[in-house]
Amino acid sequence: MTTGTLTLPVSETKPEKSSYKGKVHPDWCPGCGDFSVLAALQKALFELELQPHQVLTVSGIGCSSNLPGFINTYGMHTLHGRSLAVASGAALANHELKVVVTGGDGDGFGIGGNHFMHTMRRNLDLTYLVMDNQIYGLTTGQTSPTSPVGMKTKSTPHGNVENPINPIPLALVGGATYVARGYSGKQKHLVEMIKGAINHKGFAFVDIFSPCVTYNKNNTYKWFAPRIKILEEEDHDTTDFYGAMEKGYQWGEEIPIGLFWKNDKLASLDQLEPVLEEGGPLAYRDPRVSKEQSDKLISELL
Amino acid sequence: MRTADFAIGIGGAAGQGIATPGNILAHIFARRGLHINAYNAYQSLIRGGHTFLTIRASDGPVYSMGDRLDLLIPLNQDTMDRHLKLLGPGASVLYDGESIEVGDAEKGVQVASLPMKELSQGNKLAANTVAIAAAVYKLGIEFEALENALAQIFARKGDEVVAKNVEIASNGYQYAAENFKPFSFKAPRGEKPLAVWTGNEATAMGGIAAGVKFYAAYPMSPATGVLMYMAKHARELGIMVRQVEDEIGVMNMIIGAAHTGVRAMTATSGGGLALMTEAIGMSGMFETPIVCVNVQRGGPATGLPTKTEQGDLWMMLGAGQGDFPRLIVAPSDHIDMFRTMPELFNLTDKYQCPGLVLSELIIGEGTVSVDPAEIDFDVDIERGETIFPNGDSENPYGGYGDSTYLRYRNTSSGISPRAVPGVPGHLFVASTDEHDEDGTLISDVDTDPKKRRMMVEKRARKMMNVLADIAAPTLEGPEDAEVTLVGWGSTRGVILEAMEQLAEGGITANQLHIKWLVPFHAEAVTEILEGSKKVIIVELNYSGQFARYLRSETGFTADGFVRKYDGEPFMPHHIAEAVKEQLTGKESLSVPVHEISV
Repeated sequence: MTTGTLTLPVSETKPEKSSYKGKVHPDWCPGCGDFSVLAALQKALFELELQPHQVLTVSGIGCSSNLPGFINTYGMHTLHGRSLAVASGAALANHELKVVVTGGDGDGFGIGGNHFMHTMRRNLDLTYLVMDNQIYGLTTGQTSPTSPVGMKTKSTPHGNVENPINPIPLALVGGATYVARGYSGKQKHLVEMIKGAINHKGFAFVDIFSPCVTYNKNNTYKWFAPRIKILEEEDHDTTDFYGAMEKGYQWGEEIPIGLFWKNDKLASLDQLEPVLEEGGPLAYRDPRVSKEQSDKLISELL
Repeated sequence: MRTADFAIGIGGAAGQGIATPGNILAHIFARRGLHINAYNAYQSLIRGGHTFLTIRASDGPVYSMGDRLDLLIPLNQDTMDRHLKLLGPGASVLYDGESIEVGDAEKGVQVASLPMKELSQGNKLAANTVAIAAAVYKLGIEFEALENALAQIFARKGDEVVAKNVEIASNGYQYAAENFKPFSFKAPRGEKPLAVWTGNEATAMGGIAAGVKFYAAYPMSPATGVLMYMAKHARELGIMVRQVEDEIGVMNMIIGAAHTGVRAMTATSGGGLALMTEAIGMSGMFETPIVCVNVQRGGPATGLPTKTEQGDLWMMLGAGQGDFPRLIVAPSDHIDMFRTMPELFNLTDKYQCPGLVLSELIIGEGTVSVDPAEIDFDVDIERGETIFPNGDSENPYGGYGDSTYLRYRNTSSGISPRAVPGVPGHLFVASTDEHDEDGTLISDVDTDPKKRRMMVEKRARKMMNVLADIAAPTLEGPEDAEVTLVGWGSTRGVILEAMEQLAEGGITANQLHIKWLVPFHAEAVTEILEGSKKVIIVELNYSGQFARYLRSETGFTADGFVRKYDGEPFMPHHIAEAVKEQLTGKESLSVPVHEISV
């Protein structure tokens, strides 16, 4: 084997706050909600004392999907809509990595909708943070799957006539086992949502209102501020599925954020897969089959 | 040398159970040490239609289903009507005289009617066993061989089923002995028992030998056999096997897996590959190695789900937008497929690029014999310049504990050491956007033509010396032949048999078989072809995809072309007759007619 390998001392030092600071300063518009999401994620990783090399941040394409470049972890900035599929492969091939998937509403609910549904039902051990700004930003302002009816965008200049997706009930029905909503304007709360998501064993989904200050003139900080109601400050039972559905549909004068639903009874896919029971991550295992194993394969042909 | 070479055709409606008699015969022949080549012509339905299985056997290598049938076993009237005319003198038809009417057989054909109901004791499922028993008798094979095969094949169904089948088989064997003449030839014996496998099994086993630990796929004919084999053996071999929601998800998932350091693979057919193409570009841009097998079927669109074609060459060449290095190989048969997989995995690890395999339905679903000693799992596994966290030598690439690690370092070879996630001190972002040596995007804020050029050239440079790593094609057959037949993929074997037929007619032919499409040994190929007297390209598509590719890579234009695109593979005489036709100088394009109507 000509593998280039190396011995590395296991890092014992606790990460510092600055450990997660990326090489590149974000190129988001000033005031973009995504700054707050990035900061919240960095804070969550710090508070969980996760070493940067143990974390893999995976994104699709879009403004918010640029996030892996702005944080100091291993990163994959994949194709539009494909972050969950790529992350699934990575998380199963190395189930000891903490895999955090980041992206936007178009990336996750539009072009990536199919993967969203199936990744949820598989209950992969992933954290999925959607920076939901209800608009396509990087393509300069077209309608998104979460744009409200009537919203004027560059692709709906006369007003959107299509019903939007409601991500919270969608995730509940899809089988996500941790379903939460955050808001860029409530960063402390968001940190808690993200920490809970990373600590959750299974598919953890956090839909985050992350206002686009350039292209979405409807759903602004000013619009959200009076409407946001924190679930943790009221009497909400996160083990009550139908209660979570009801809260998920709440919209208008009051919009709840917080943890809607948490199901710890369902095993995650890596726990259900016997291949991962022992031997560590597949990625680090000896790829060879034994003589006994290959002899058996050949004998089956006789 | 082949002392005997015979073929049996079994036909019926889908669901009539022709697979089992096919298995029984294949088993008996392989046990006897005979080489076999079985091809099942079928349609995309579960019940009804028409299915026709041809098993050819000999004591020498057999590369195709051959040209003629020696024994026809029609399980319904339709098969009798379609195929009786294929039989010539000396051949025989075995059928149930009570339910099937024989048509006008050619003179010299033995028409052997079996009282199926009586011999099978009214057991409909066992009626096929009667026909097999009579066939075994006619081939001069002792009853014990059939008894053993039945015991093995029906073992799972219990002793009672085995005993019943043996009893019914014995009835058929005795009836045949009392009423029918054996063939003028006797099924010979080979040197030692052989194994039997499909090309899809060989593909999966090749991947396993290469160390694949992650396999994802979406079911698609004719590639599903690879998924089924992997799934069946996943747990015993420690392979993660996933059926994904679509082929877009499949390719993205295996890239995610491969990125962490595991060897990851998928197999699909053309439609699935079409969905994977954007992600294949991601493998190129990330420089993350994966292997994808395309078991080609007739296209375009849904096309012919159960029929063979070599129609996807240009799609493979162009899979993914942009300009990036890839490897494309088209193994010629089952054992070649098995051996190529580890070789390709090593090359994709070395060059950090996607590896694409062109298989074909005729390989993937074709069943052939193989000497088990040829299936060698003890292969070299070379992971290239990959940095794992559990390594045991000094880090040759620098970077631990400082910020000097550059994932996409602009090296003279173009190959940059690849750290997998989990290694401390080597953090980087793999990006589908164009990026700098450290992975930083250069596409958005600070697009820099110089850096873009550098990175394009860095990736391209990896292919600079790759030709030295793969064997150049060589001529098979007499050097100064009258005609050189050029083929790629599955046609190697059938061209060899066509060469034999031509030689019998006094025409010398040789073959230049092309296995590696990318990289392409343009110089070696040009030199050989320029020295050939007449060059004819043989391929299974309409437009001459390989002929056009050869022209684009070498400027060489062949003298003649043999093409077939009716969904069925070449038979040797198709090629031999086309060559004869073209040697007269009248034709330069031959499109052989497939005589078997399925």
